[in-house]
Amino acid sequence: MMNNKNIYLDHAATTMVDNKVLEMMLPWYTEHYGNPSSIYSIGRESKQVIENARQTVADIFNCKKSEIYFTSCGTESNNWALKGIAYANKSKGNHIITTNIEHHAVLHTLEYLGKHGFEITYVPVEKNGIVDAEKIRQAIKKETILISVMFANNEIGTIQPIEEIGKIAKENGVLFHTDAVQAAGTLTIDVEKMNIDLMSISAHKFYGPKGVGVLFVRRGVKIDNLLHGGGQEKTRRAGTENIASIVGLAAALEKAVENMEEYNEHIRKLRDLTAQEVIKRIPETIINGDLEKRLPGNINFSFKYIEGESLLLFLDMNHIFASSGSACTSGSLDPSHVLLALGLPHEIAHGSLRLTFGWDNDEEDVETVVSQLVTIVQRLREMSPLYNK
Amino acid sequence: MYTEKVMDHFSNPRNVGELKDYNAVGEVGNAKCGDIMRIYLKIEDDIIQDVSFKTFGCGAAIATSSIATELIKGKHVDEALTLTNKAVIEALDGLPPAKIHCSVLAEEAVKEAIADYKKKQGIIIETHNQCDNCCREDR
Ligand SMILES: Cc1ncc(COP(=O)(O)O)c(C=O)c1O
Ligand code: FES
Repeated sequence: MMNNKNIYLDHAATTMVDNKVLEMMLPWYTEHYGNPSSIYSIGRESKQVIENARQTVADIFNCKKSEIYFTSCGTESNNWALKGIAYANKSKGNHIITTNIEHHAVLHTLEYLGKHGFEITYVPVEKNGIVDAEKIRQAIKKETILISVMFANNEIGTIQPIEEIGKIAKENGVLFHTDAVQAAGTLTIDVEKMNIDLMSISAHKFYGPKGVGVLFVRRGVKIDNLLHGGGQEKTRRAGTENIASIVGLAAALEKAVENMEEYNEHIRKLRDLTAQEVIKRIPETIINGDLEKRLPGNINFSFKYIEGESLLLFLDMNHIFASSGSACTSGSLDPSHVLLALGLPHEIAHGSLRLTFGWDNDEEDVETVVSQLVTIVQRLREMSPLYNK
Repeated sequence: MYTEKVMDHFSNPRNVGELKDYNAVGEVGNAKCGDIMRIYLKIEDDIIQDVSFKTFGCGAAIATSSIATELIKGKHVDEALTLTNKAVIEALDGLPPAKIHCSVLAEEAVKEAIADYKKKQGIIIETHNQCDNCCREDR
């Protein structure tokens, strides 16, 4: 009954660094440690490798090298995009449009801007976890300067109509930012075709290192700096470059894009099998979020009558690592804003489980996880005063 | 994040389920907050002969319910009424700050169940069974 092998099913939270990627990173810590801003040869080497990485990233998203800026994480990219655009375009207007399922790195930044003279409209998503692009259009007014909609959601994996929103933004002369942290490496992104003006990326979601990200800023877009200091990143983002991590980001992204089809097929197969088995073997289970327009490696269940944290603890005792939408785990007893945005009642939102698959999972993992879930869910239901079977 | 004692009571909860011949029951919390605790008592001559619980909630909620049943089993009802959330926390060797709420629920569930027993004897005792939004504050 006990499972002894570690099964990691939280790839949306983070991924392990790919061995090849790590190998490429290491020399930039010890052998080639020169400061890219220095003029001597080991500094120039560092500078060159960063520019190569920039070119790699630019080619993948179909933009210019000069439009790619390296940051310290997805959170910084989101903060920079939102605050930078808001403050640089204040004279044009103070209105920003977003959705009610964004990551906290966007929501809390906008909350902050809301306290500093900006007006934020949170367009609610539909029951399937996808925003209706028309509702974004209807929210636009004369003061609107920016639309920020995530490419794919981190909890329920729903993919948003980015191309449509990009078109609407362009038609209305409004800037468009997308938090593509969950999408990069899994979905094809073309910033030209999709009319994206700003885009946030983070390396640790696609087998790259933690603590490094990208902000794409379309040429000509007026944006204030977030970090003031030295002249790095063409004076737009100060701070000595994290060379090894930048190398790692580009290498991991390149590898992810090369293997995208195979990867998606692998994780989709495991995800679909899990969904099918869980629904078959655990009654009164709900799948949250659209089933089609969804990241291939994501599934999110609600098991009625039970609470998510106790489910996670039992899984953890069986060496299965997953996450829950019930934010109880992070110290607040509120269930996730994403699940509530789908219109789920609180008690059902509390009983959610997110499984996100990756390279290191196989069908045996699925079988183990499903059979553990059958036992644990039943056990918790028998303890639950809400369950009357 | 949890002590060994909490994990023990969570993974091997004592006195789970519904007592067959209970004569008092108390329920506190609500699904909105993510915790509901129900305590069943079998009381004879003011002595708690048997006790059990059913809980919907996080690991700490299950552990506090479990330890609370142990703490009051065999006790006189008036002694059980003096159970505090502090005693529950101590018996578990501590709880994370965000989970103190669960120990309060356990104390209140016990009180509520005993109040149910006393009510049947014509004695009304004051309890605190209502959502006071303790976990809805800005956190
Ligand atoms: C959608 C989304 N945006 C932003 C972030 C933050 O990225 P980082 O952890 O690199 O700051 C995450 C990941 O946690 C995410 O899933
Ligand atoms: S008991 Fe209702 S909010 Fe805590």
